[in-house]
Amino acid sequence: MSNVNANLNMKTNVNKSKEEPTVGAKSIFVDANRKQIATRRRIDWLLRLLFLVATSIGVLALMALLIDIVSNGIARVQPELFNNFPSRRASEAGMKSAIVGSLYMLAIMAPLSFLLGVGAAIYLEEYAKKNRLTRIIQLNISTLAGVPSIVYGILGLTLFVRELHLGRSLLSGAFTMTLLVLPIIIVSAQEAIRAVPKARRDASFALGATKWQTVSRSVLPSSISGILTGVILAMSRAIGETAPLVMIGALTFVAFLPNGPMDSFTVMPIQIYNWVSRPQASFQELAAAGIIVLLVTLLIMNFSAILLRNKYNKHI
Amino acid sequence: MQTTMTSLIEINKLNLYYGSFHALKNVSMRIPEKAITAFIGPSGCGKSTLLRTLNRMNDMIPGTRIEGEISISGTDIYSGSVDVETLRKKVGMVFQQPNPFPKSIYDNIAYGPRLHGIRDRKTLDEIVETSLRSAVLWEEVKDYLKRSAFSLSGGQQQRLCIARALAVNPDILLMDEATSALDPISTLKIEELVQELKNRYTIVMVTHNMHQAARVSNQTVFFLNGEVVEYDETEKLFSNPSDQRTEDYISGRFG
Ligand SMILES: Nc1ncnc2c1ncn2[C@@H]1O[C@H](COP(=O)(O)OP(=O)(O)OP(=O)(O)O)[C@@H](O)[C@H]1O
Ligand SMILES: [Mg+2]
Repeated sequence: MSNVNANLNMKTNVNKSKEEPTVGAKSIFVDANRKQIATRRRIDWLLRLLFLVATSIGVLALMALLIDIVSNGIARVQPELFNNFPSRRASEAGMKSAIVGSLYMLAIMAPLSFLLGVGAAIYLEEYAKKNRLTRIIQLNISTLAGVPSIVYGILGLTLFVRELHLGRSLLSGAFTMTLLVLPIIIVSAQEAIRAVPKARRDASFALGATKWQTVSRSVLPSSISGILTGVILAMSRAIGETAPLVMIGALTFVAFLPNGPMDSFTVMPIQIYNWVSRPQASFQELAAAGIIVLLVTLLIMNFSAILLRNKYNKHI
Repeated sequence: MQTTMTSLIEINKLNLYYGSFHALKNVSMRIPEKAITAFIGPSGCGKSTLLRTLNRMNDMIPGTRIEGEISISGTDIYSGSVDVETLRKKVGMVFQQPNPFPKSIYDNIAYGPRLHGIRDRKTLDEIVETSLRSAVLWEEVKDYLKRSAFSLSGGQQQRLCIARALAVNPDILLMDEATSALDPISTLKIEELVQELKNRYTIVMVTHNMHQAARVSNQTVFFLNGEVVEYDETEKLFSNPSDQRTEDYISGRFG
């Protein structure tokens, strides 16, 4: 820290000595200026320090967490973790049903939320009249994106589990998660669609394209990587969600694979939660191993989102 | 003022409002077939607005209201029986900034024909070649048809956009300051191209460059504040304008 301090001071001095010859003549103003500049520099330096500390706390805490988890769990990231069902004996337990549950859920949720979300975004951006109703809908969607996930759990429990009699099934879970990610997908897809230059639409219309032809052949191809980026980020959020699924009653101990969408299920974060809540040290290790698997999954998803975004930035 | 040429577009007492703003005031004119008509006038006088009424691109601007009549080969293009997509197929448009799609050169040209249902590969190949030849771009790009249109220079991109407009076989080509974003050499190429095209198409161009209007066009229309001040043979309008304001404008005294 003191080193940084010295460096900054040096910089200030250098700048000061540079300023002197240029404004040397107007003595009164120079003094006032110099004082002001010094104060501003000090504020600048203080803030810089503050931001550095803030960043370091974040990064260090994350590092500590990661190191702790990896050192605890890496030994248990073995084929058994992927091949075995959960068990009362930690030495035999795996998370096969949770991984498969998460994948099944993704398989239902991804196409569903893509279609609904992108459809809504296209409607709002391209077709809806820019009137009051549209603005209210827009405001609602943005608000929904920030609603706590447990609220979606309650909604899912009432609507899908009870009213629609879907039970505590994979389908109920996937529908609930779809609702949860929809606002995020809609908002990010709208942004991607809005970023397509007007000139590109004009070019299409001027050739005699209808609205839908313009949307499907010009706007969507130009915005698809941006849209997919949003979808992937939303999916990675859903993969890590626990609360709404606990709410609708995903099981914490599932020793079979779901046979169909109406079967009960579990997902990775719930399995991890289950293991964490056991007192034995060996289950803690399992939990850490589960977290590693989940983190790697999320990293891969986010990385592919970044790749897509880079591709998209190149296009525009 | 009209010569022996037949007029293709007839504009009759046209008024256009953007909300409460009266952008075109009582505009009437006849635009001859297979000739180049230039719109000139200071910025904001309504040249682009009038151009966009001809392919009804103004329809998409909310709050636009239009009175009067525009007919193309005798059909009122604002009547209910006219289908906008068919109209735009017949009235192509080239914009100020080259605006190719982020697709290959080939797919840019084939975009229009595909919209109108042409799927056959051979037919498309032929259309791509003839359109690119018409836009004098074929020799430069024939070996790179699969390359992105963005790999072309600005001038080439603009000729690509012209070729793309020609690919749907229009009768009329509208050009809104199509050379203003280009360097002098590319501009010259496009001017030559336009001279060539007037044998087959009716061309209406907006330009800020009076020398260009004088060099290229057959008829010139001078606008001021949404009104037509003077409309005449280009040669006559530039050498012997009948309105004082036209004279002031072309001699560079304002605008
Ligand atoms: N979408 C719009 N909404 C409201 N007013 C508009 C719109 N487009 C153009 N105008 C107004 O209509 C008038 C004519 O505009 P237009 O674009 O036709 O002018 P122009 O002659 O093409 O000008 P320039 O040479 O700068 O391109 C201007 O005063 C402009 O502000
Ligand atoms: Mg204009």
